[in-house]
Amino acid sequence: MKTLVCISKTPDTTSKISFVDSGKNFNTDGISFIMNPYDEWYALVRAVELKEKVGGTVTAINVGDASNDLVIRKALAIGADDAIRVNANAPSSYFVAKQIAEIAKKENYDLIFLGKETIDYNGAEVGAQLAELLDLPFFSFVNHLEVEGKTNILKREIEGGEETIKVTGPCVISAAKDLAQQRIPNMQGIMMSKRKPLTVVEPIAVEELVSLITHDLPAPKKGVTLVNADNVDELVRLLHEEAKVI
Amino acid sequence: MSVLVVIEPSAGIINKGGFELATFGKETAALSATKCITLVLGNASNAGELGIYGIDEVLTIDIPTYDSVVYAKTIAEASKKLDASIVILKHNANGKAAAGRIAIKLNAGLVSAVNAVPVLNGAVLQVKRGVYSGKASATYAISSSIKVITVLGNSIKPNATGNALPVSELDLPKVTSTLELIDRKTMSGRAPLPEADLVVSGGRGFKGPENWDILLELADTLGATTACSRPVADADWRPHHEHVGQTGVAIRPNLYIAIGISGAIQHLAGVNSSKTIVVINKDPEAPFFKAADYGIVGDLFEVVPKLTAAIKKLKHE
Ligand SMILES: Cc1cc2nc3c(=O)[nH]c(=O)nc-3n(C[C@H](O)[C@H](O)[C@H](O)COP(=O)(O)OP(=O)(O)OC[C@H]3O[C@@H](n4cnc5c(N)ncnc54)[C@H](O)[C@@H]3O)c2cc1C
Repeated sequence: MKTLVCISKTPDTTSKISFVDSGKNFNTDGISFIMNPYDEWYALVRAVELKEKVGGTVTAINVGDASNDLVIRKALAIGADDAIRVNANAPSSYFVAKQIAEIAKKENYDLIFLGKETIDYNGAEVGAQLAELLDLPFFSFVNHLEVEGKTNILKREIEGGEETIKVTGPCVISAAKDLAQQRIPNMQGIMMSKRKPLTVVEPIAVEELVSLITHDLPAPKKGVTLVNADNVDELVRLLHEEAKVI
Repeated sequence: MSVLVVIEPSAGIINKGGFELATFGKETAALSATKCITLVLGNASNAGELGIYGIDEVLTIDIPTYDSVVYAKTIAEASKKLDASIVILKHNANGKAAAGRIAIKLNAGLVSAVNAVPVLNGAVLQVKRGVYSGKASATYAISSSIKVITVLGNSIKPNATGNALPVSELDLPKVTSTLELIDRKTMSGRAPLPEADLVVSGGRGFKGPENWDILLELADTLGATTACSRPVADADWRPHHEHVGQTGVAIRPNLYIAIGISGAIQHLAGVNSSKTIVVINKDPEAPFFKAADYGIVGDLFEVVPKLTAAIKKLKHE
């Protein structure tokens, strides 16, 4: 089985967010970057598990500049066989989908995985666009996947529930919690990752339809009103009369 | 020209989320004085009520919404037929899975998770959304002639301005699905988390799953949906779909009551867009108090039952 896993780089979850250039750009000062948790913990690990079970290859793909090589090497350490980096700073999810589709359409991947969303942009946009560009079925928020030859049985999260779907042939899958268990790369994996091939390719031109105007930070909270634990009636009164939420 | 709003009923009925989306569409259409048309995917006994929210036309078409290929083909064809310049979908599992496909088909700019009615600037649509898991927001300009957006739950209050309308079926060539739906499970009872107005959430402070009764009683009294912190879901004290935060569900209810949760940055990321936050924690130094509107420093095992009793009293007055 031949799989492709899309990975992206995001700020660490503990990052304090700020912007420079009058709100245009993210302030990377003092920020450490990680592989997007949904890509790493669930999408990549499930692809590696399937390879271990039925054989085949796992290719990791990332759109980004050379500073992303660190997270790409981590994907190789966790178990991807090789990696491709499209050498560009992506201005949009459309750009990312176009670049990955350009590469994927030349190969016949059985499955293409990505995380259900990135924890910085939270768009959940790349998967559906990529699937459309490749004319493949797409499943969002998959938390269970079994592969039987060309048949895939998967479970996906929907609002307040879950669906089980059978699909035959290649498809694109966005990975949610429980699709796999997080793996910590071991020493052997880390050593091997240095020798695994990482191919750098140049991007194709994409016409952008969406542009960023600015970023804003939320207005600071006015501060907490503390109510004595012996006087919960007062809290209920405030919620009813002041906040008007109950 | 028109604004096309795609509505997914659940179990044969359009819920509050659908009427929110209708109001959102109506206000977006008002920006350019165009028609707002709702397309309901499947049967809904109350579809005509969309008219109450100022919609000009209510159409239906029955499709398998779990198949993003069929979903996107249908909406793209409908957009062409109805001359839609803006297509609005819900930012939920099916909406997210279809929006990207629709955008590609219509060569449209896409912005997802929009949380406020856009601003029209000439032919450019300006939209706002949260980024960095709610730690910041961003404004984008969509310059393509057709625009596709997905809208977060609780972004607008449904606003009744008109009368119910007759519902007619939209006639489009049938698209067949290649998928087989084997099973669909829905948790009945409480509103799904992303749509809930009121949420009561518990953390590790509860010590164990056997202690959740007091939280459930508080939630039942309020008519609230229940949530939890990540370690609580990881330990299987509560089902995984209740996990909120940066790596769980992101929510923005009117009221979020956090009980026995410390307020780690990853937890706050998923809940800090809530309109009012109440924190109950025995540690006055718990970081959550910095993000709260109201707080009680105290033992949850004493405070929660008292709070339930006080709310019952209010409801009886
Ligand atoms: C990459 C990453 C992603 C993460 N994503 C998420 C996420 O999406 N969501 C999430 O929630 N966490 C997430 N976390 C975990 C997060 O960092 C915290 O560990 C977690 O939120 C803590 O959960 P908690 O508040 O329930 O537990 P604790 O931090 O243990 O806090 C328990 C609180 O209960 C209080 N308490 C104890 N007993 C009582 C009592 N009797 N009465 C009143 N109060 C009491 C304590 O004072 C304490 O404040 C993530 C972490 C990482 C590294």
